[in-house]
Amino acid sequence: MTDVSASAHASFRPSMLIYDRRYRSLTFQVIVFILVMAALWWLIGNTISNLNAMGKSFDFGFLFQRAGYDISGTPIPYTGNDSHLRATMVGLLNTLIVSILGCIAATILGVAVGVARLSKNWLFARLMTVYVEIFRNIPLLLWILVIYAVFTEILPAPNAYRGESPAWSMILFDHVALTNRYTAIPTLGMDNDPGSLDLGARVTVNWATIAFVVALVGGWFIRRAINAHAQKVQDRTGIRPATLWKNLAVMILPSLFLIWYFGLHLLAPSLQGFNFTGGLNITNSLVVLWLALTLYTAAFIAEIVRAGILAVSRGQSEAAFALGLRPKRTMNLVILPQALRVIIPPLISQYLNLTKNSSLAIAVGYMDLRGTLGGTTLNQTGRELEAIVLMMLIYLALSLIISAGMNIFNSRVKLKER
Amino acid sequence: MSDTHAQTVPFVRDTMLPAAPPPATQAGAVRWLRENLFSGPVNTVLTIIGLLIIWFLVSHYWDWFAHSVWNANSLNECRQIIIDTWGEGARGACFAVIRERWNQYVFGFYPPELYWRPTMTFGLLIVALVPVLFSASLTIRRAVLVITAIATLTSMIALGSPVIWLAFATLVLAGGFVASERNLGWLLPFSMLYPLMGVWFLWGGSVWGPVFVLVGPVLGWIAWRILAGRMPVIAVLAGVVVTLLFWLFLSGSAAEDAQRLLPMGIEAVRSDRFGGFLLSVTIGVAGIALSLPLGIVLALSRQSDMFLIKSLSVVFIEFIRGVPLITLLFVASLLLNYFLPPGTNFDIILRVIIMVTLFAAAYMAEVIRGGLAALPRGQYEAADALGLDYWKAQRLIILPQALKISIPGIVSTFIGMFKDTTLVTFVGLYDPLKSMSDAVRANIEWKGIYWEPFIFVGAIFFIICFAMSRYSMYLERRLQRDHK
Amino acid sequence: MTKSVFLGTVAAATLIAGMGMAQEGSTLAQVKERGELNCGVNTGLVGFAAPDANGNWAGFDVALCRAVAAAVLGDASKVKFVPTTGQTRFTAVSSGEVDVLARNSTWTYSRDTDLKLDFVGVNYYDGQGFMVNKELGVTSAKELDGATICIQTGTTTELNLADYFRANQMEYTPVNIDSNAEGEQQYMAGACDAYTTDASGLAATRAAFANPENHIILPEIISKEPLGPAVRHGDNNWGDIVRWTLNALIAAEEYGVTSRNIEELVRSSENPEVQRLLGTTDELGAMMGLDADWAKRAILASGNYGEIFAANIGEQTPIGLARGLNAQWTQGGLLYAPPFR
Repeated sequence: MTDVSASAHASFRPSMLIYDRRYRSLTFQVIVFILVMAALWWLIGNTISNLNAMGKSFDFGFLFQRAGYDISGTPIPYTGNDSHLRATMVGLLNTLIVSILGCIAATILGVAVGVARLSKNWLFARLMTVYVEIFRNIPLLLWILVIYAVFTEILPAPNAYRGESPAWSMILFDHVALTNRYTAIPTLGMDNDPGSLDLGARVTVNWATIAFVVALVGGWFIRRAINAHAQKVQDRTGIRPATLWKNLAVMILPSLFLIWYFGLHLLAPSLQGFNFTGGLNITNSLVVLWLALTLYTAAFIAEIVRAGILAVSRGQSEAAFALGLRPKRTMNLVILPQALRVIIPPLISQYLNLTKNSSLAIAVGYMDLRGTLGGTTLNQTGRELEAIVLMMLIYLALSLIISAGMNIFNSRVKLKER
Repeated sequence: MSDTHAQTVPFVRDTMLPAAPPPATQAGAVRWLRENLFSGPVNTVLTIIGLLIIWFLVSHYWDWFAHSVWNANSLNECRQIIIDTWGEGARGACFAVIRERWNQYVFGFYPPELYWRPTMTFGLLIVALVPVLFSASLTIRRAVLVITAIATLTSMIALGSPVIWLAFATLVLAGGFVASERNLGWLLPFSMLYPLMGVWFLWGGSVWGPVFVLVGPVLGWIAWRILAGRMPVIAVLAGVVVTLLFWLFLSGSAAEDAQRLLPMGIEAVRSDRFGGFLLSVTIGVAGIALSLPLGIVLALSRQSDMFLIKSLSVVFIEFIRGVPLITLLFVASLLLNYFLPPGTNFDIILRVIIMVTLFAAAYMAEVIRGGLAALPRGQYEAADALGLDYWKAQRLIILPQALKISIPGIVSTFIGMFKDTTLVTFVGLYDPLKSMSDAVRANIEWKGIYWEPFIFVGAIFFIICFAMSRYSMYLERRLQRDHK
Repeated sequence: MTKSVFLGTVAAATLIAGMGMAQEGSTLAQVKERGELNCGVNTGLVGFAAPDANGNWAGFDVALCRAVAAAVLGDASKVKFVPTTGQTRFTAVSSGEVDVLARNSTWTYSRDTDLKLDFVGVNYYDGQGFMVNKELGVTSAKELDGATICIQTGTTTELNLADYFRANQMEYTPVNIDSNAEGEQQYMAGACDAYTTDASGLAATRAAFANPENHIILPEIISKEPLGPAVRHGDNNWGDIVRWTLNALIAAEEYGVTSRNIEELVRSSENPEVQRLLGTTDELGAMMGLDADWAKRAILASGNYGEIFAANIGEQTPIGLARGLNAQWTQGGLLYAPPFR
């Protein structure tokens, strides 16, 4: 044992870099660092020499050139005369639209199916199991293609709505027309248009929209104040004042007033020329992609929800009942908070997956980020290095933002360990 | 009190009444129905909705399935047969396309006279996997091996395999069976050799390529042996370096020279002949085999105390997880040539496998990290207390438990990866789902056939993925060591 | 020897370790060393390039690849066909993954200059047209205001369409599709009023319909689409080889040299132009680094231009294209091979 103390005082020898635990990790890290730097240097060197050999450069100037191609389904005004940058923005917005719509719908459907799988109803639970297993075990691409085929093969062309006794008629009181190109839905018209707010870059927001948003958000805050007041009264007196009607009034009345004030009404689409006009035509590629992403992701969310609920041990609900809590309050106060902690982290990764899977829009010609920047722009300009790097960075930023946002939410519902 | 009662009661029954049957509503099917389907208004409504869904599906699609045609040479012929058999206006499925294009869907454009090679490769894959997958139960092992042997040998005979390879396959299968009966450990060398063998069977070419690839690690092992006694750490490094140097500078030319001196090999098949399920399974199996070890390394790095290693793996994992697989595939097909020295080219399937592996490995790392984090601290401390060094602690204590906890996650990553192999269609490879079906539809005979290929390909994917998920549940049950 | 995938794996390891195995030398030397020609083709367009059930490629573009392989390597079967999508095709050329791109690609200014490709000639003169269902009652593209139009993404047709409608101050809704097969499906289901692509593609698509007479191709041709093979910019000798292989096929038709009478002509032809073409007199091949009878082999591979056209897309095939602009200049077409001397 004297050796130990002797070696501890011994002077530094090169072999200690490997054999001494104090230095070994440092040595190892230095070696890895050198290797990584060498690899990076090699890759960048290759890229530069390849670019030189091809006579190309690495610059993003192409983004400001005229795009020249048209896009169907543009959330912001866009024509072929705009730049590739604007086309990229349109694509990014389209990606966001389908992802957000998909996340919302998939959550609703997934929670419903997850709960239904636990239902005591034998038949319904089995049906839901079949749904979940089928969607989980078959590639998403197949579902996109199948739903696309259903929409093109089964729904009629707009022509079927023409004539005295058309083969198809519009549904929902002649307001919605399903065709194999788009779903024509009514838009809102205003008798008393307050004009629009110009946000620059030809993006405008109607003042009426702003008024509605303000009314809803304001109503929500007032509702919170009312509930907080009710809670106070309950704490003081033990009797909770009725808040339902107040809440409803606060949420709904301002909107009703605005509808009356702006003279809001529905403008139904009608068939003119080749297509429906006057309403809003939602392209089928969006609907198909949204449906497929929803159905596919909901199957995964259902499993997460089911596992989350099962993870709360029976003792918890039994204890809550023993305390005299009613089933609804047991669910709200005991089961859900615990189940949510299990559910949220995998749910976040499902949202991320859905966002990334939306890049399969390529299969239905929905012009998302991959379709514009990584598709037509890349093709027309031949700038594959810049376009793909930029596209990956945008997707990466999206993912990081989603996970950051959800992590904040997660930390709020997390069990506070003390 | 009881006394008084005893006197007032005039009659006491001294035999038991025979048990009466329960009321009709509390027994048999009626009771089951009441409990499971109609126990309340909500349940009743759900049952009715469920029945409506089933009725809708059956009434709309039953005739289409019932009228399916399995024997025709074109879609028009199919439709004619349906009309002839079931009358004007009848509709039916035309699964004849699957029958006629079966080979194309399964083997892609692989040379027809060599179909036996992929068949043998995947039959032997199961033998190689037996010690890994079914080490617990002899009965399951027997069943799997017998079924594999029968299926592989009969299809090899049917596909016209040369006798010598038939004998080889029989030998391996028989050997697998013997090993499974006596000692599974005998199979492990075969399992380790299999990746090299499988790749050679599929792509063919000179036998010397794989042989010299194998020589590398052998030389590395020799180097390690020589040095191991004196400087263990240096010895490991030397072994790795010798192997890599041999692969880099000697194996290629050595294989070519050997081939010149003593030509030996089987017919080479190029990557562009791969397609259909052969392509999916090849990419899937290779990705699975490669992504698990890489994922473990990444997960351990992410848990490491070393700042640099940890941050590198965090950056890698988050980057890969943050972008869609499709963009990585585009990198493989469009950008890789920018990053490599001018004029280098390597196989597109290999590039795709690398990208799919990296993608799956990042997910795998997160799954395994979850398993590592779920392990009680006591396990790490116990390992330290036993005086185990880092690698021994990982190998003997930490990883076996962490991997066990992560099995469901690992398998679902595998399933996800296998499903994602269909995305290779976007870089010009012939996956079974889109490219192959488009190629079939490009022929005039099968123009306009949509649902049947979708159903067929979907069914195969479902069977494979469902089997994988069931297997993971079986494994989870088997590995359950705690008592609940 | 064919490189097995192991060598590929080893190569990958090499690259990761930082030592590339760069292939040096000209494209011609590389092709000869490799022993096969890498040819970029369409992933599947009947008549131009499509694999059959066994993976054997056939078509108009494929025949050109085979002719080049025959001229350079002496064996028309030594071709590796690399299916490329609209996205990957040009990168495949500039990165050296393919030696020739024969994928009905339009020769345009920016592709020739900015994308660093060299288009070496035109093997098919095409133009963009529209196909509509007869029921619509449309007789001219000018009546398509407000229509929904199916269009393949990533092609020049997308830009032409945008320009045409803007120039005529008309509106349209594009339906972006990924492949020709999908375009057909959408068009047949009525998901778009008109389908637009190269006129040859429209004809091929229409020919395969169950009732072609119900669909008409509108008279307007809205663009020039000279389709031709492309090679990497910078290797002029290789460009010459592909260019003159194509010219040899065209010239062979002009001089009446076919795959059937070629052997006889080699022996007996009196025409000095034919003698030079077939290498019986001057050694033209040596100027490009090939042997004397390179052109003979190229023609033998699948015949001269006329034979290739007739076998793959001509009026006797289901595609049923007329020669039109693609007739010899002597017949009023645009095919005009420069003299062989």
